[in-house]
Amino acid sequence: MSGASAPVRALAGARSAVGQDGPDGAAPVLEVRDLSVAYSSGHESTTVVHEVSLRIHPGEVVAVVGESGSGKTTTAQAVIGLLAENGSVTAGQILLNGTDITAWSPKQLQAVRGSRIGLVPQDPNNSLNPVKRIGDSLGEVLRIHRWGDKRAIRARVVELLERVGIPDPQLRARQYPHELSGGMKQRVLIASAIALDPELIIADEATSALDVTVQRNILDLLDELRAELGTAILLVTHDLAVAADRATSVVVLKDGRVQEQGPKDEVLTAPTSAYTRQLLADAPALATAGRRTLAEAERIVAHGAGARPTLVVRDLVQEFSLGRGRDPLRAVDGVSFSVQPGTTHAIVGESGSGKTTIARAVLGFHTPTSGSIAVGGQELTGLRGEQLRQLRRVLQMVYQNPFSSLDPRQDVATIIAEPLTNFGLGDRAGRAAKVTALLDQVSLPAGLATRRPAELSGGQRQRVAIARALVLEPQLLVLDEAVSALDVSVQAQILRLLEQLQDDLGLTYLFISHDLAVVRHISHTVTVLNQGRVVESGLTESVFTDPAEPYTRALLAAIPGRLAPAGLPQEPSA
Amino acid sequence: MTESRLLEATPMLPQVAEPVPGTPALPGSATPHAQPRRRRGGRIRVTEVIPWLVIAIVVAWAALPGLFTSYGPTAGDAAAALQGPSGEHLFGTDATGRDMFTRVVYGSVHSLSGALVAVSVGLVLGTGIGVIAGSVGGFVDDVLMRVVDVLLAVPTLLLSLSVIILLGFGTVQAAVAVGIASVAAFARLSRSEVVRVRRSDYVEAAFASGGTFFNVVRRHVLPNSLTAVIALAALQFGTAILAISTLGFLGYGAPPPTPEWGLMIAEGRNYVATAWWLTTLPGLVVVAVVLSANRISADIARRGRA
Amino acid sequence: MTAEAPTDVRVPDGAPTPGAPRTRGSGAVGRSTPPTGGGRVVALLTGYVPRRLGQALIVLWIAFTAAFVLLQALPGDAIMIRFENPELGLSPEQIADIRASYGVDDPVLIQYLHTFAGFVRGDFGYSVQSGTPVQQLIAEAFPQTLVLAAAGFVLAVLLAFAIAFLSASASFAWIRTALRSVPSLFVSVPVFWLGIVLIQSFSFRLGWVAVINPGPVEGLILPVLTLAVPIAAPIAQILTRSIDEVYTQPFVRVVQAKGASPSWVLWRNVLKNATLPTLTMAGILFGELIGGAVVTETVFGRSGIGRITEQAVAHQDTPVLQAVVLLAATAFVLINLAVDLIYPKLDPRLARQVGASR
Repeated sequence: MSGASAPVRALAGARSAVGQDGPDGAAPVLEVRDLSVAYSSGHESTTVVHEVSLRIHPGEVVAVVGESGSGKTTTAQAVIGLLAENGSVTAGQILLNGTDITAWSPKQLQAVRGSRIGLVPQDPNNSLNPVKRIGDSLGEVLRIHRWGDKRAIRARVVELLERVGIPDPQLRARQYPHELSGGMKQRVLIASAIALDPELIIADEATSALDVTVQRNILDLLDELRAELGTAILLVTHDLAVAADRATSVVVLKDGRVQEQGPKDEVLTAPTSAYTRQLLADAPALATAGRRTLAEAERIVAHGAGARPTLVVRDLVQEFSLGRGRDPLRAVDGVSFSVQPGTTHAIVGESGSGKTTIARAVLGFHTPTSGSIAVGGQELTGLRGEQLRQLRRVLQMVYQNPFSSLDPRQDVATIIAEPLTNFGLGDRAGRAAKVTALLDQVSLPAGLATRRPAELSGGQRQRVAIARALVLEPQLLVLDEAVSALDVSVQAQILRLLEQLQDDLGLTYLFISHDLAVVRHISHTVTVLNQGRVVESGLTESVFTDPAEPYTRALLAAIPGRLAPAGLPQEPSA
Repeated sequence: MTESRLLEATPMLPQVAEPVPGTPALPGSATPHAQPRRRRGGRIRVTEVIPWLVIAIVVAWAALPGLFTSYGPTAGDAAAALQGPSGEHLFGTDATGRDMFTRVVYGSVHSLSGALVAVSVGLVLGTGIGVIAGSVGGFVDDVLMRVVDVLLAVPTLLLSLSVIILLGFGTVQAAVAVGIASVAAFARLSRSEVVRVRRSDYVEAAFASGGTFFNVVRRHVLPNSLTAVIALAALQFGTAILAISTLGFLGYGAPPPTPEWGLMIAEGRNYVATAWWLTTLPGLVVVAVVLSANRISADIARRGRA
Repeated sequence: MTAEAPTDVRVPDGAPTPGAPRTRGSGAVGRSTPPTGGGRVVALLTGYVPRRLGQALIVLWIAFTAAFVLLQALPGDAIMIRFENPELGLSPEQIADIRASYGVDDPVLIQYLHTFAGFVRGDFGYSVQSGTPVQQLIAEAFPQTLVLAAAGFVLAVLLAFAIAFLSASASFAWIRTALRSVPSLFVSVPVFWLGIVLIQSFSFRLGWVAVINPGPVEGLILPVLTLAVPIAAPIAQILTRSIDEVYTQPFVRVVQAKGASPSWVLWRNVLKNATLPTLTMAGILFGELIGGAVVTETVFGRSGIGRITEQAVAHQDTPVLQAVVLLAATAFVLINLAVDLIYPKLDPRLARQVGASR
């Protein structure tokens, strides 16, 4: 358990441990030495963090970057002594201001948590007690550590809410979490983390669940507080661009091991490990230009201009009834766009912009309130039953979550062949051959055909979903956040696959996404949505380089990675 | 508060809300113990075997009672009346000198077949109603679930008694009565399972790839709703044994001298001060069987989730 | 609604919603949320409450109709056969009088309306067995059962909470594991057998509690215990599951990260979240109480509604059973209605948003 017996390895070279010396030679707030963490189940024990070392000095931001399973969250949990019940530190030390807290009792750790280390959690929407008022939740940390009396706590709560930029703090303190937006909840959680002026704040994917503009505001707030209070921040994130924007130094983790660490500029501009280089190449947000030049996109779009557009949406309005006596909710409000054959049209917007509603209307899952949708010249609105079913031969969809879009009880071959079965196409042998061909096309080994979804990784599942969508050779593929749930490197692979399939098969994509960087990477044309209305549309490169509307500009400015040092490796993936 | 009422009271909100970016499977949000947990689900533990063993023994009693005892279930030996448990009479003897263990062994067929009938009635009627309501939806759903509401509103035992007063006393009548009382539970569960599966992405994907209603229900909805229903069936099997023995105890089931478990306990009541084994031991057998059925149900449900 | 796979609770799904607090989108709001926006008073008059009330009345009406058709209209003369039995020595005129007073020869629709009107007025007809008005029988038996059921319920709740919270907080793992298996043992015990075993051990073996001519309080001890055990089991199960569920929610980790001790986490954060869903079980528990009363009163030879019911079935006394069934259904519906209306007041997520939000 205790790392006392583990020899303290000499930290050789300036880049072996982050921040060897503090800005002014001060001791590090947090020092992690050769930390190893294992989870046990029964008699088995799996080590998920291997000899991780890092240091954070006052006022520094150290970003721990990694994909799922990299051990970054586990490392953070170990630091505050909140590993899951079956997890334990098997080697190494955690030093808080020079004191080894690795072997501390739960009671001792309780005294440190909240007062000297603050935590800003991952998902603000589930991180506040739903039946507790905001003020009580925020005051809780003060009460736990016996800070002042009732009246003082009440005053401090209001002061804290004000500090994190929540208007009307008196009122908000009396409200419940569900009455606040996600960004506001995250502000409350930050207020709670800084309430006792801790030396260290751990921000565990603190902005991953938020919209890009909200993310930016929250990160700005953290930055501001750090500058003001001199707090050190351990920033755990999957997003290299966020790290590039905010960190002073970066630790890259993969499979529980440090791949590379050092000052941000060095790691980002001159990465030494192959994995870091791959991550940098795969992160769309760090590419400063789109994949295509404006001229290229123009040429491709112009090429199809004479042909009939694959998809034409006109004045689409979609309202949802909220019950009697209430105004219906207008989720989509007069949206028009068209998609040329062989091109990718992206619809981009934040939560509540109506982009998914458009995707679902295009697929015929609900009838629009008004407006028209035509696929390959055939009007889709008003189609029902068998006619709609027949239209599905030319119109397919890939879902966001590959874990829920595949029937867990079917094997891969059955899943891919299902559309063929539905339309009675081909015989058994013909379908099997088609499945094999498609597996090959989406770069999956043929041996996977007999597996079930649970045995596949997220990326493999998404490939299966794409294969299923392609089996009918549709004209139009609707991709609803199809790469949003994937790790960066897997995301890059799927994006490459989509591009290649488009080149090979001349597919047309309607690409729905919240991720502007990805949109810029893959699409030819784009529609920017806000609250159900079109803000701006046109060729992607021209919208991105020369946005006409303030909303688009704000959106673009919020993309993380913009503050990154110049001289990043510019080579987008080949 | 029944599911149907809840759904009715809430306007079905379509997918207005956009998925929050990255929430369903946030990169790097893997819960630390998710992986080891999953592995544990695959291994068979000793505690999962014991319940099956108990059920197997009782089934063997029911099928071949002669193998387990040399006495007859109704033949008494007056000379050996009211003897405590011994090597000769494992569970002792009753007032007419009948071997209690033999009666318990022979009685198992009544309890098991009764429970089987009850579960079949509940499963067929309830799941039928639930699947139809859940997959057709709309008006049909409303009407069927209102009927289920009525069944739910009457306490199970009173519902069973109402059926018994209609059908009369007897083993089969009691079994049917218990079965009818469980219709509502099956209907509600299967309906909510069907609704849950129907809302899943893969069912929508199946429609999107050109599946017809019946194909999708047959291929995706039914198989994926089944686990929970089977788990409930196992649970109801235990419940039915309890309920049937209760009806037997109240005297509404099999007539004496049938060696029905509940009836045996009722008969033993008169000797509660002197012959504890007449009530205690048959009761323990009931507890063991019901507990086993409940365990099996829980294990099925857990494996279904894993 | 969360996938409510049955584990070992005899509770229909949907009602207990331990998942509700977590799945805000579908679970919690999927409950009967009163409409938001618009005037509160308007909503009260036109919206949710009357709608729920209407549904409740429809359920009761269907229940009545079903009971009438099954128990009264179909068997019809079967009841009268009893009075035509020569052993009773009734003259044909007397039988005709009885037939007239029971309205047996009226058209079914008239009988239906007549019975319905009677039920609305609280007139449930006459016991076939004793000839006493049913409402009189029930009124006489009610207080006894009320005392038994109330005491049993209170004890059950105490027992359930003790089991659930100890199994979440006991300091040794083996105690927690042992306590966790208690509820599933409890649900597997036949109530009538439990009663007998209690009499056996506490009255005859240990001699602690008299069963023959006990005092009013002494006579309650064993019946209340017998009744409480099967009621405690499902509450404890729901509560335990609900506590487990709450512990997996991210906010618990945040509270821990504030430096809260395990007991702070349990009592000040988990408790309320975990307890709310058990409220939705009230209706089901009521049903269990009635069923338990039938058995308990029979085993202990107490008079009460349960005993009346048992006797009614034994003697084919249909009007009595019909009245008991419909009263139980009415109580069930009213309890659920109350829970539906109170729940949003207790769970702030379901309360209507007041003032400016967002």
